[in-house]
Amino acid sequence: MSGPLLEAMDLYKSFGPTPALDGAGMSLWPGEVVAVMGPSGSGKSTLLHCLAGILRPDSGTVSYNGTELSALSDVARSELRRTEFGFVFQFGQLVPELTSLENVALPLRLGGMRRREAEQAATEWLERLEVADVAGKRPGETSGGQGQRVAVARALVTRPKVVFADEPTGALDSLNGERVMRLLVAAAKDTTAAVVLVTHEARVAAYSDREVVVRDGKSTQVELIP
Amino acid sequence: MHQGYSPKVYTGGTVVAMSIGLTLLGLLETGPRHGYDLKRAYDEHFGQDRPLHYGQVYSTLSRLLRDGLVEVDGVEAGEGPERKRYAITASGVTDVRDWLVTPERPEPYLHSTLYTKVVLALMSGRSAAEVLDVQRGAHLETMRTLTRRKLTGDLADQLICDHALFHLEADLRWLELTAARLDQLSAEVRR
Repeated sequence: MSGPLLEAMDLYKSFGPTPALDGAGMSLWPGEVVAVMGPSGSGKSTLLHCLAGILRPDSGTVSYNGTELSALSDVARSELRRTEFGFVFQFGQLVPELTSLENVALPLRLGGMRRREAEQAATEWLERLEVADVAGKRPGETSGGQGQRVAVARALVTRPKVVFADEPTGALDSLNGERVMRLLVAAAKDTTAAVVLVTHEARVAAYSDREVVVRDGKSTQVELIP
Repeated sequence: MHQGYSPKVYTGGTVVAMSIGLTLLGLLETGPRHGYDLKRAYDEHFGQDRPLHYGQVYSTLSRLLRDGLVEVDGVEAGEGPERKRYAITASGVTDVRDWLVTPERPEPYLHSTLYTKVVLALMSGRSAAEVLDVQRGAHLETMRTLTRRKLTGDLADQLICDHALFHLEADLRWLELTAARLDQLSAEVRR
């Protein structure tokens, strides 16, 4: 590939009178792990949401594989998120009524895969994330660390090109946070998924290949030499 | 006092030498050993980035012997020089026990070169944010190296790297806090 997988340029986004992004931008190359760092309220989560096509910026462009996201319909952007992107949030946001296995199989089922195949793939991912023992448990019956590892399995089960992780260890203690990061980065590298990792914790950012710093809605990134 | 032999250097050197001596004593508490075995045990457990020189081992052992903290447990004649086996004495055991329950002095870190650089940058109208950014990049790079080492290392490696990572993280938190206070600091410095 000659250009970045995902590229945001000159993004502006306000919520009412409050500017969240003020000319921010960043690029993401295939297979790399980039940490988006910055203090609370600096705009790093807004940048992630714009990159993932969840939010539309007021101005500026986000391109994925050379296609501008703003040119896509809502349906096409949803499809892109479901097939090409995976998501891990601070709190797993697993469906509380479903077991871990059903949660991980869900993105595949939504894509039309048969239950048996989807659950087989989900089982493999639960094993890989070292949470096979909670396959039959619902989110309320697992620990925070287990829940996050189930969420990582769900994010990766579709073999996305990009994983967006927003403070994935924010609600965990150090030991569980380390485990989630170790497994997330190893799984992403194995499947050649790129990762956008929003974090305010330097020890979490240390799992990245490089960092983008966001402050007051502006970003500075350490350029990758391809 | 020797010219240029400042109290600070003397104290620092003594602490390090004392710490090696006590560590060797601690290792001898598990059973008598030859100097060579002691060095190997030290390097395996504690010498991650700084293995002991043989000279250090033998000079430390002769000091411990002089002070009555170890004794020669046996001498083996071989083809080369005689090999002495050393054992810890009761005084040595007392020293190790006292050392383990004596807290290390918490480092107050009140003299920061980085703080000096930030203030000087502000005083001279240069970009203090750039000073902080450059330092953040350097810190993160070191943290990445330690994280990679941790991921492939054993438990000892993980614990030692974590110790370093938590300290570097503390520096980075200070960098972030200072970055958020640059306007305020700038106003105070220029007052």
